[in-house]
Parts: sequence; C-alpha cells; structure tokens
Amino acid sequence: MSAPILEMTDIQKHFGHIIALSGVSFDVKAGECHCLLGDNGAGKSTFIKTMSGVHAPTHGEMKVQGEPVHFTSPRAALAAGIATVYQDLAMIPLMSVSRNFWLGREPETGFGPFKRIDFRKADAITFEQMREMGINLREPEQAVGTLSGGERQTVAIARAVYFGAKVLILDEPTSALGVRQTANVLSTIDRARKKGVGVVFITHNVRHALAVGDRFTVLNRGKTLGTADRGHISSEELQSLMAGGQELAELEASLGKTV
Amino acid sequence: MTTTTGADERIKHTSILRRALVRPELGAMGGTVAVFAFFLILAGNTQMFALDGVLNWGTVSAQFVVLAVGVSLLMITGEFDLSLGSMVGFSGMIFGLLAVYVGLPAWAAIGVTVLACGLIGAVNGLLVIRTGLPSFIVTLAFMFILRGLTIWSAITFNKQPVVSGIADISAGDPIAWLFGGKALGGLFVWLGEQGWIATYTRGTRLGRPIVDGIPMLMIWALVMVIVGQWVLTRTRFGNWIYAAGGDPQAARYIGVPVARVKVAMFIVAALCATLLGISQAVEFGSAASDRGMMKEFEAIICVVIGGALLTGGYGSVVGAALGAVIFGVVQQGLFFTNVESSLFRVFLGSILLAAVIANTYIRRAITGER
Repeated sequence: MSAPILEMTDIQKHFGHIIALSGVSFDVKAGECHCLLGDNGAGKSTFIKTMSGVHAPTHGEMKVQGEPVHFTSPRAALAAGIATVYQDLAMIPLMSVSRNFWLGREPETGFGPFKRIDFRKADAITFEQMREMGINLREPEQAVGTLSGGERQTVAIARAVYFGAKVLILDEPTSALGVRQTANVLSTIDRARKKGVGVVFITHNVRHALAVGDRFTVLNRGKTLGTADRGHISSEELQSLMAGGQELAELEASLGKTV
Repeated sequence: MTTTTGADERIKHTSILRRALVRPELGAMGGTVAVFAFFLILAGNTQMFALDGVLNWGTVSAQFVVLAVGVSLLMITGEFDLSLGSMVGFSGMIFGLLAVYVGLPAWAAIGVTVLACGLIGAVNGLLVIRTGLPSFIVTLAFMFILRGLTIWSAITFNKQPVVSGIADISAGDPIAWLFGGKALGGLFVWLGEQGWIATYTRGTRLGRPIVDGIPMLMIWALVMVIVGQWVLTRTRFGNWIYAAGGDPQAARYIGVPVARVKVAMFIVAALCATLLGISQAVEFGSAASDRGMMKEFEAIICVVIGGALLTGGYGSVVGAALGAVIFGVVQQGLFFTNVESSLFRVFLGSILLAAVIANTYIRRAITGER
C-alpha cells in the first residue's frame, strides 16, 4: 500500500554494558494500527522512548515520511507529528479537561499584557472533540480526576489527533482498565485510525491487540521477531513468540490453555 | 462548531454547591465571614472598626498578603521557600547598608537589592531543579544562610544589629515613597474638611485628618492580588503553573517548560519578600536583622487557609489573600478585644489543621481518589 509515515530500521540502544535494544525494525503507515507486543522487560519502554525522542538510538535509522530524522527531545518528535500517550502520565488530574486538552498550546486572545486564554474557544472545541470520541462531558471545566482511566486515555488520544499527530504511540493504554473501559479505548483507537493516523499500539495483551490491530510485531529480548499481517497469525502464536516459545508451551499444558 | 443540547443538558446536574466546593477560595471566604462576624460581635463597640482601627489591621493584613501572593504561586507549582522570612530581613538590611554605609541614593539601593534578592530566588530555584532535592531542605539551608548573613553584615558594618538613618535618605527620593509612603493623602484631607472623618481638634496638626492616607503596602497588596489571580487563572503561563505543580512529568511530556516555570515562581516569591523587607525599612526608617522571623511559616499558613494543596497543582491567589486577611484581623483583633495574645497561636494551629484536613477532602472530591 502506501509508504510508511514512520520507519525505524535496526534500532539499537545501549545503556553502558546493558543492551536494551539489539536490532528493532518497525514501521507504521497512515490509517493502520500496528501492534507492538512484548512481555515485561522485552524493551518496549526503551523503544517507545526512542520513537518519541526521549532517548537517541545508539545505532539505527529513523525516518519520518521518508526523511531521516534525529530527535533530540520529546518536543522535537511532537513537532514532527509523533505524539505519545503514556499510560499514567497522560493527564493532570487536578486540572479541568479543557485546560488539559490545550496544555502547552492554549489559544490566546487580547494584546500585550492583556493576552489571555480564549476559554470560550478552548471549551467549545474541547466539548466538540470529546463528543466526537464518545465522551459526553458535563462541562469542559470538569476536572480530569473525575474521569475514568479509559476516558483519560481517550482525552489524551483526542488531544493528540486534534493537534495533528500523524503517528500516535500508545503505551499500554488498556493494561490498567476494566473490560468496558478497554472496549471504549479500543474503539477510540479505531476512530483515530479512520482519521488517517498511524497508530502504534503497545501492549502485552494479545486479545486487545487482535481486536484492533492490522499488523503485529513481537519484541523479545530487545529484538523484533518479524511482522505478521492480520489473519496470518493466531493468538497462540503471538503468545508463544512473546514469551520466547518453549517455557510457555510447557506452562500452558499445565494450565490447560488458559493464559 | 455547534454544541448540541443533548450534551448540554447534563450541565444542570452539577449542583451549584458542588461547583462552589471545588473552588479553592471557598473555605477562606467562609473563614473571613466568620472572623469578621466574630469580631463585630465582640469588638464592634471598640476602635477596631473605626477608620484608624481598620487601617491598623488592614496594614498588618497587607504585609501577610504581599508574602502570601508569592508563596501561593510558588506552592501551586509544587514548591516551598522557607527562606522567605530571612529574605525579608536580608533585603531590608542590604538596602539599609547600601543606602547608609555605601551612600547610594535610595532608588539605586532599592534597584540593587531587588536584583540581588531576585538572583538569590533564582539560585534557590535552580538548586532545587538541578539537584532534584525537595525545596523544603534547600530553602531551609537558605533560611539559615540569609539570616546569618543579615546579622553578620549588620554587625560588621554597623557594630549593632539595627541600621538606622534610612528615613533621611529615602525622604524626597523619586521612588522610595512607593515603598513607605501613604497614598490618597489629598482625599483624606478633603474627607476631613467635609467632616466625614476624624480630624485633630488641637495641636499643630489642627484640622488635619488623624488618618492621613492609605499605606502604600495596601495598594501593593491589592494590585498584586488582582494581577496574580489574573495571571494564574486567565493566562497561558498560569495554566503552566497549575500543570507544573499538578504533575511535572506529564507537563514536561506535553511540552510545558516546567523548570523555567518553577524557577520563575521562586524569583517571584523572593521579590515579594524583598518588597516587604524594603517597605518595612522605609516605613520604620531602619533595617533590623531580626525582621521577618517566622514569616515564611505564617505565609504558608495563609496560603493553606486559602485552599492551596501542599502538594501543588491547586490553589488560588485570592484565597491566599483572604487567608492573610483572616490572619491579620485575628492577630490585631485579639488586641482590641483584650484576649490574651498567646491564644493567637492556639487559634492559628487549630485553623491550619482544619484547613489542611478540609483541603484534603476537597481534593478527593475533585480527583475522585479514595
């Protein structure tokens, strides 16, 4: 199909003697949801931070829309259209939804010393964007703390999409959520994808990944083990790739395939 | 951009009470009303609510307000500055020594003092940011350093802890009147002539009003509260102040320059203390090395009564100012009612505890934590 928006080739990241990533290749296209699966300690966090500009890779190439890039800060990545929604750092609970939504990019009105936030505009747009994502706010001044975990993720996703993210990196957005909230977040991911955003969905939950993913890449011990398209890989195969095969097969036998 | 009525209907379900409850100033407003009611009943027939009585507790309140504005903004960014009381003494002393011993004109001494103290505020802030240490411990160190320097410099240059002779230097200075003078003098003379306020009935000041103006510090306090609240609640920078205190890491990820915001608020708080220090020096005509003792804690109490959370991210300048007024009214009111003044501390401790507990519940109501 189309060329990838974000393309990472043979990314390596060393911290002193520790090799956190030893050759990760990954790409995401517009309008697709590419799931990155990995167990705890597989290197997911390091890889996210490399994509979002927190760490510079030790080795490897990163391209955005075909152009090589070297991000020096999260802000630089954001400017290039790569937005990251962190699991528990998405929102500031004591602040209102509207203030959170516009944080760092507040619309202003007035001149000189009388320059102030245009709350009328900010609130109206926030309200509208939230409704589009399926959250009916009581009022835009509602504190984020009153929202559920799933709703907070949704606000963060809506914010990234509204501000023109081309690639949206979601760090375990569903791992702390209940069933219903998970369903809401997955449908939010679907909405973002339909708007043409390339979604990188990081998770260790195979079922959540299979629910929305178009492609699947498994990360194990700092390496990618190849990418599979939707329909070409089963949940069992993904599961055992994540765990590194053997041990899990033994475990599964004893647990009666319930993992 | 039309909002449908379907979503709007739910606004009505937020009770007015609940909306008011999540406003940080609410507790302080209630407290202010209660304190005034209390003293109107107990001291309504004393001089407390006559014009000179009002100016008496008004001036004391203004001193607390000036500090509380800076402390509230700093506390909302999630930091403390325990060196502010020492800064009050330090700034007054630097100003006094520069004016009296170096011989600078008052305006230049004020300028140098403001620069030096702003710089110390920045050092405090940068140390906290760079080391990642709690501001509590870094500024506790500066509380001792600044107090020590204040006493040392007074003794070294002056051989005694009080530097006097500032009045002669600040008289007729182009800007010193801003810190120690009185405003609206003409208005008060006119009010006296109209017979609306008390005037002297004998002596050399016959016919002049007893209260001859509003202390400049009250004007400063009023302007600072208005500007502070406006910046905090209406501007982009104010939004960053809340964010820096609410969750610095999340704010940083979204592109808020958290370190800059925090350092700026350390500077603002230091300058508020400097304003108080210079004002007192000009007002009294002297600088004393023990000025501002305990002021850092008193200001924190004002801010907490005003509804700010000690953990940052929540609070209001208006609330802090009301907390300061409660503080000033009670401190001076006990004098008018002849209540033993040591009970003032009992009152302070109790109200502080009550405010902190109330604030914790309010935070839970906002964030839905259990």
